[in-house]
Amino acid sequence: MNAFALVPWIAFFPLIGLVINLAVGRRMGERFSSIVGTLAVLSAFVVAVLQLVSLQSHPDGAVVHLADWINIGSLQIPWAFNVDTLSVTMMLVISGVGTLIHIYAAGYMHYDVRYKEDPGSFTRFFIYLNLFIAAMMILVSGNSYLMLFVGWEGVGLCSFLLIGFWYSRNPDGTKGLLNSQAAKKAFVANRVGDFGFLLAMFLTFWAFGSLSFDQVLPNAASVDPRIIMAITLCMLIGVTGKSAQLPLYVWLPDAMAGPTPVSALIHAATMVTAGVYLVVRSAPLFGAVPEAGNIVAIVGGVTALFAATIAVAQYDIKKVLAYSTISQLGFMVAAVGMGAYVAGMFHLVTHAFFKALLFLGSGSVILALERAHHPLDGHHDDHHDHHDEHHDDHHAPFDPQDMRNMGGLRKQIPATYRVYLIGALALAGLPPLAGFFSKDEILTDALHANMLVWGLLTAAAFLTAFYMGRQIWLVFFGEARTKAAKEAVESPRTMLIPLGILAALSIFGGLINMPVLHPLTNWLEHTLGHDFAHATVFNFGVAIFSTVLALIAIYVSWRLYGRKPLLAGEADPLKKRLGFVFTGMENKWWVDELYDAVIIKPYRRLAAFLADVVDWRFWHDWVHDSVIARGFGAFARFLAEPVDMGVIDGVSKGLAALAKGLGRGFSLLQSGYVRNYALMVFFGVVLMIGYLVFSS
Amino acid sequence: MIPISYYFALSAILFSLGALGVLIRRNAIIIFMSVELMLNAANLLFVAFARANGALSGQVMVFFVIAVAAAEVAVGLALIVIIFRNRQSIDIDEMSSLKG
Repeated sequence: MNAFALVPWIAFFPLIGLVINLAVGRRMGERFSSIVGTLAVLSAFVVAVLQLVSLQSHPDGAVVHLADWINIGSLQIPWAFNVDTLSVTMMLVISGVGTLIHIYAAGYMHYDVRYKEDPGSFTRFFIYLNLFIAAMMILVSGNSYLMLFVGWEGVGLCSFLLIGFWYSRNPDGTKGLLNSQAAKKAFVANRVGDFGFLLAMFLTFWAFGSLSFDQVLPNAASVDPRIIMAITLCMLIGVTGKSAQLPLYVWLPDAMAGPTPVSALIHAATMVTAGVYLVVRSAPLFGAVPEAGNIVAIVGGVTALFAATIAVAQYDIKKVLAYSTISQLGFMVAAVGMGAYVAGMFHLVTHAFFKALLFLGSGSVILALERAHHPLDGHHDDHHDHHDEHHDDHHAPFDPQDMRNMGGLRKQIPATYRVYLIGALALAGLPPLAGFFSKDEILTDALHANMLVWGLLTAAAFLTAFYMGRQIWLVFFGEARTKAAKEAVESPRTMLIPLGILAALSIFGGLINMPVLHPLTNWLEHTLGHDFAHATVFNFGVAIFSTVLALIAIYVSWRLYGRKPLLAGEADPLKKRLGFVFTGMENKWWVDELYDAVIIKPYRRLAAFLADVVDWRFWHDWVHDSVIARGFGAFARFLAEPVDMGVIDGVSKGLAALAKGLGRGFSLLQSGYVRNYALMVFFGVVLMIGYLVFSS
Repeated sequence: MIPISYYFALSAILFSLGALGVLIRRNAIIIFMSVELMLNAANLLFVAFARANGALSGQVMVFFVIAVAAAEVAVGLALIVIIFRNRQSIDIDEMSSLKG
């Protein structure tokens, strides 16, 4: 007995939750909406656990065919759910972390919708979250590249909707369109990546005649490696879009405009790992051309280091985490590029735990400051108008996300502090937390596979420990630098419980692929096969080296930020020491400005040129007016005067004149004298007979 | 035996006289008689050929011609009588009122 037939419910439960909330959620209130939304994801989690249990006895999994979707000639795309160890791992992470974040969001959004003065949006938030979970489930469970793409686009849409959730505001809460622009940026950057993915799909169908995994992946060896190279490189473009790698990573930092649970769920734990999942799923393709794998690994390694340098100099608590996410995704992409698929998946899972923890923790910190800055009374809705005025003067100058406005928070919000510290240490990679095991597995594999990538990743790991140390010192230690930080309020239990669970997962998550036993390796081997899922022998040298490096980084951060805490209004101590380099990191190496100058501005100029000159002046003014309108006028006149009045009228008038003339001529013959007629008959007969006689 | 060319010549002379009479005379009665002359020229030739070829069909044809000519004369004379009653003249040149 196995539960594989239940697998469609992982997508249908969230959809049911969505439909209920869409229909009645707003009327039934916040409690109802949040419970429906959470239960929907929890049910999906239960289904995923049932799949896990079933896979224990049938490790090869199954494909559950739900309906036919596209059936054209040789293109057969069913709507089928693929249950195997890889997809179930993803399902568990998505629905598990998703459930915790839904619970957290019920607490967080209660305050957020009131600070944004739009309590009705509470239900909308849960609708989007459930839609996201459904789309993500379709992404990981699809049994063909096209079903994967459906989910891929679905999560992209949800990402767009949720980044622009407060679409009429700026990230600092004032009225404006910056959130909408961030959403648009994410959508456009992802579209560039999707284009690559689409090309990869077209090539796949052309080369393999199918898009289904079980027909494409086993036949990778029978296709020209150059075509596979093209497919994998096009896929890499899709990966750089969705998983925020160089050069398309720019949307992810701006995506922090979304509410914090969204940053945790979509832009740290699940959606951005879709690219990693895609590479792992396509392991036989990437395995067939090692050059493509190398390129992927180098892209990942460079991204990891590059984003880590930017994270060092950010002041926004969520921006640090955003660049950290890009950096950690770089680790995963580098790992899967090198062929260390299990290490990549392992880091994906542990990263989902501790990065969700960190984001949710940062949300708790932000909320703590916000609540101290302008406390809500219990009867907010009754005093709405009064509140409004008083709200807007408060809002503008204070940024609750700026770490320079924090300091000393460990005394005010001790529970948040403790879980945040666990998350930070896990990310820094200190043993025995989850991040240590997964990161070390990647570094060990890198040492064997590619020294350049190993160097990049080790440097990134050092910076990771450094910027997390900096963040901890700046946020939780020293003295409060603002009044709000002094009076910060601990978050409600609905937010702290998920944080506690995630903290536990961040501590013990390393066990899922602990050295010696390698449970995750053995588990994924059923899907990936032995070639792509080899156990990495635990390397004490690498482990000690990276641990020492992390400790040094934390010590350096303590020397800079911990020993003599930052005072209000003081410049970052690193700025004095690094000078220009720090300015560069602070300004994100001007990549946005570079893209603006190289791509967006010329593109806008091209668009303006096309609109003003080509469309308006050339097409409308010149072609329409001069060529079409005047040309048509001239043509019409030509048809009217010479053709109609000349030729056609001439023909009909000429025919009339001819008939008249002929009539007049022939009427002369009609003399009325019978003898004339008789004479004519006589001559006629003579002529005929003469003809008959003389012609023969 | 009189050669066939004699009959031919006689018939041609009679026919020409008839045709000439139709074309140049103005009296309707005379024209009528000239038409009869033409018909009989043809009859003569029919009979002559029938005799020469030993076939009866020519002679049968002549009977038809005589019968039709008799009917024609009956209608034609009746017309001439009515015209004369109306106009007191049978001059054919005065009968041009159908001219357009």
